[in-house]
Amino acid sequence: MIGKKVVFRSRGLPLLLLAPQLLVILVFFFWPAGQAVFQAFHLADPFGQHFEYVGLENFRMLFSSPEYYDSLWATAVFSTGVAAVSLGSGLLLATFVDHIRRGRAVYKSLIIWPYAVAPVLAGVLWLFLFHPIYGVVAFALARGGMAWNPLLDSNQAMALVVMAAAWKQVSYNFVFFLAGLQAIPRSVIEAAAIDGAGPMYRFRTIILPLLTPTTFFLLVINLVYAFFDTFGIIHAVTHGGPGGATNILVYKVFADGFIGQDLGSSAAQSIVLMVIVVSLTVLQFRFLERKVHYG
Amino acid sequence: MIENNRTLALVAHAFLLLGVATVGFPLYYAFVGASLPIQEVLQVPMPLVPGDRLLENMAAAWDKGSFGRQLVNSAIMALVIAVGKIAISLLSAFAITYFRFPCRTLAFWAIFVTLMLPIEVRIVPTYEVAANALAPVAWLMKVSGIDDLFGGRITANLQWSLLDSYAGLTLPLIASATATFLFRQFYLTIPDDLAEAAKIDGAGPMRFFRDVLLPLSTTNIAALAVILFVFGWNQYLWPLLITTDPSMTTVVVGVARLIPGPEPLPAWNVAMAGGLVALLPPVAVVLLMQHWFVKGLVDTEK
Repeated sequence: MIGKKVVFRSRGLPLLLLAPQLLVILVFFFWPAGQAVFQAFHLADPFGQHFEYVGLENFRMLFSSPEYYDSLWATAVFSTGVAAVSLGSGLLLATFVDHIRRGRAVYKSLIIWPYAVAPVLAGVLWLFLFHPIYGVVAFALARGGMAWNPLLDSNQAMALVVMAAAWKQVSYNFVFFLAGLQAIPRSVIEAAAIDGAGPMYRFRTIILPLLTPTTFFLLVINLVYAFFDTFGIIHAVTHGGPGGATNILVYKVFADGFIGQDLGSSAAQSIVLMVIVVSLTVLQFRFLERKVHYG
Repeated sequence: MIENNRTLALVAHAFLLLGVATVGFPLYYAFVGASLPIQEVLQVPMPLVPGDRLLENMAAAWDKGSFGRQLVNSAIMALVIAVGKIAISLLSAFAITYFRFPCRTLAFWAIFVTLMLPIEVRIVPTYEVAANALAPVAWLMKVSGIDDLFGGRITANLQWSLLDSYAGLTLPLIASATATFLFRQFYLTIPDDLAEAAKIDGAGPMRFFRDVLLPLSTTNIAALAVILFVFGWNQYLWPLLITTDPSMTTVVVGVARLIPGPEPLPAWNVAMAGGLVALLPPVAVVLLMQHWFVKGLVDTEK
């Protein structure tokens, strides 16, 4: 591990400096994480007092329940949808802002702000807009001959939470894509323009390939966001319904642990989530190294 | 700009205006809803021109539950998380970059691991430890046999609940290492000559930290403070679990409770007015400190 060549000499001081951080992560990170692992392999009595070792039973139960596969599927659809919509719109907006000369700062401010809206409030705003009875979009859709009710129709519910979650993430992707675009040397694009390459051709053959590292990095970040930071949206808009259609993994951990009081199953789900997030993090670090090479 | 293409610029502006309008429409619609009396907000379709009841509806949201107190709670939570995380991270990053001591690599990896797991993943056990923050100590006492020496009386009295408290709202969210890493990366870029010079001049490590490292870190601190403030203010799942008393929860949770269910006269106007109040502070922080916000965003993910 890298460190400084010039170092201060002291035995007690570094430990003293580390103490607050270590204390907080020991109590609120390592202890709970250890508990999750312990509970995943044990069965608790209804009062949570006595634990019986059951091996992989909790995992076997989990992977034999159709609801868990439904939840995995819902999570896959949801996160793919969120990543696709928010990456696509973020890239388009960034490309156009990079292209224009006037009004850049204004556009930037007007695109960045949704990042600061809490997921649950984003859910509330979109629920109001798309509410089956009072929402103006539902009214417009009904005029157009489409019955809109995300509280009853599972596909529409999924579409609504995907839009709300993607809306919040567009600003994040926009910031990174814009930074990536501005890092592309002007001379490369000018050379292509002199050779007669039009804007669309340049975008496809020069800009997009040079943005690949940024895109991969953002893809991982977007998946992590869709997996873990969207609890509030689901909780405010659909409560996992209708009929479990939007019951994504992070919502199910909460619902099974706190509403269903099924500690063993909830802990086993936590372990699965940990595995997912650790693999995503490892993936991200590998791509980050790639990014350095691209420059 | 490569070529001076007027049509292309016009297309870009047209598309951007459309994009900005799409991004802004949910907020505009909420604003209109928040400014209408209840009869108009429940009309189908609702008018798209703002009314004049914004302040009345905000006052109505204010009177439901403990809205004012919840705003204060959110501010405290966001500030404590930002200040607390930055403070402990500055110190621990200083320790792992500028000192050699036994277990340094172990400490580094212990902190590194916490980067990976968000609180949502370990939510149930974190709730349990918040219900009794001394549970790890009690376990140590039991395992080491100290407890038996006193006939089990120690563990029976080790009880420190963080439910419905500011400590419970903030401590578990401070327990991750993003900030430590940012500062470590930054310290590594600081030339060694500075520490060398300070040592030659007879400055001790804490003097060097206060007079050299801290002033150099201000930009990073500002950038991180914006990100952490927004992160803390927007927490939902954790405050929802850890608080049962409405006067101890945050404004975001309070507003979510204003969402009307299937009732005869759903007060969407009041819910939207409350929502606007709750989302204004972090949005204002991001817009006013845009420069640092973008820097913080890009830095924390490196």
